[in-house]
Amino acid sequence: MIRSLPRSKAYNWSFNCFIILYFVFLFAPLVVTCVLAFNNSDFPSLPWKGFTLDWFLSSGPERIGIFHDDQNLRSIVTSFQTAFFVSILSVIVGTCASFLFEKEEFRFKGLLYFLMLAPLVIPGVILGISLLLASNTAGMYFEDNFGLDFEVFRPSFWLVVMGQFSFITTFVTLVVSARLRKFDHSLEEAALNLGATQLGVIWHITLKFLRPAIIGAGAVAFLMSFENFNTTLFLVGSEPTLPINLYLQVRDGSTPVINAVSLLLIVGTSLLALCNLYFSKREE
Amino acid sequence: MVRSRMVFWIFFAPVIMWLSLLIVLPLCDLLTMSFRGENDYGDMIWTFQNYFNFFDEPIYWLTFVRTCLYAIITTFVVFLLSMPVSFYIAKLARTRVQGALMIMLLLPFWVSELVRIYGWMILLRESGVLNFFMLKIGLIDKPVEMLYNDATMIMGLVYTSMLFMVVPLVSVMESLDDSLIEAAHDLGAGQWTIWRTIIIPHCKPGITSGSIVVFMLVLGNYLTPNLMGGKNSLWFTEQIYNQFIASFNWNQGSAFGFLLLILSSLIIWIGLKLTRQKLGEVAS
Repeated sequence: MIRSLPRSKAYNWSFNCFIILYFVFLFAPLVVTCVLAFNNSDFPSLPWKGFTLDWFLSSGPERIGIFHDDQNLRSIVTSFQTAFFVSILSVIVGTCASFLFEKEEFRFKGLLYFLMLAPLVIPGVILGISLLLASNTAGMYFEDNFGLDFEVFRPSFWLVVMGQFSFITTFVTLVVSARLRKFDHSLEEAALNLGATQLGVIWHITLKFLRPAIIGAGAVAFLMSFENFNTTLFLVGSEPTLPINLYLQVRDGSTPVINAVSLLLIVGTSLLALCNLYFSKREE
Repeated sequence: MVRSRMVFWIFFAPVIMWLSLLIVLPLCDLLTMSFRGENDYGDMIWTFQNYFNFFDEPIYWLTFVRTCLYAIITTFVVFLLSMPVSFYIAKLARTRVQGALMIMLLLPFWVSELVRIYGWMILLRESGVLNFFMLKIGLIDKPVEMLYNDATMIMGLVYTSMLFMVVPLVSVMESLDDSLIEAAHDLGAGQWTIWRTIIIPHCKPGITSGSIVVFMLVLGNYLTPNLMGGKNSLWFTEQIYNQFIASFNWNQGSAFGFLLLILSSLIIWIGLKLTRQKLGEVAS
């Protein structure tokens, strides 16, 4: 039954088989994607026609590798920029929120806490369309009343950042709050007794204590932003992020360049996730 | 410890800005937009027409019911698959292997959903890798199209949302005291009895939180039904997308969006009530 109890051979064997099959199921699509990125064929399918790096390095005219593919490269850069701003913003606001909910007492705190959790249960598509509507309304308002035309209110880079920020901040808040709960408050009081200002205490002591959690949350925010599709879909303007760009390509028929991009994405995110895991393990 | 008002406002201001400008106002806008419509003369008026349209047109509410039903089926399949996997990791695997298995579980989750679905597409489609191998070993005479049907779509949805069930289940199973199972075993309880009376009741919080997250993600998923479900398997988010982007009928789209939001919140609320949990507990 469990580790400490005697188990029959058949039980062990079938359970191990199940687990192996499960992990095959989990990794098969990723492995296939990566392997076919090196296939010397114009289609991302078997048979295997030999090893090639064309889908990465070729500069055309017949095959354009990812490193010469302007459209894909630009979307990668856009994704990096989006993820950068989203993680900075959500870490700042998320940390403020965790301070607010863990340390302050005020009226309607329960209601505000509930609102903070709401993005967890609102489907991403709905966040996207509601933000699209609201920004459009705001844009029309400014145009009608003041004759001002803001680029921000139309589907654009900054609207994508806002859309992703709106729900990723919730995750940051939860991660930082969990760490803040373990903080020993007598440290703060000691510093205050020794004459530190309140902001000084927060800056030098509390934030220092929270640093691993903040960095971890920032990494998670970066990854979440990088792979977000549902919310971004409605807010994206003329600069598509990588998932949106890939989606358009996959829908219209695929070439092994997509495999090459996917491979880079798999390697990149795995490295970042492993780093994050390693540091959070060491912290424990 | 008395805190100054200034420190409070430093935390409070960004949080209230985030929640009101990016969550509350857009959702209010969504609600008002859904009650607006054009009358016969082309003027904007307040109307329930968008909601009437939904009930009048069978394709709309059938898609709605279908999406809900398939989300429930997917959640159940995910639960059935995750139970043994998390049991293996928490209770059967050797302690040294445990951490490695957990990391292997988490890694595919960080890779963009699009890449994972794309991997399945090149595995399953008519010219895909699986067909290639089945033809090679003589299992089939001509390629079978395995994509674009409901079973494959559910498989894809299970695949993309699996980890949100496994992770909470592993953590609740780890908190289960082994000696309870040993005692039951010594007293002569069979496997089935142990599962029914000890393991499942103990895992209930993990099951609920996992199910809620999985259900919500599946309900709001756009990518997987769109790419794997084919032409005649409509998903409700696709209806919303069509109204917004293709038909440019934002009022109708808002009504659909609001209905989806009501459905997801209702199911989550019922789930929380049935198991007597709070959203905050489930989230953390």
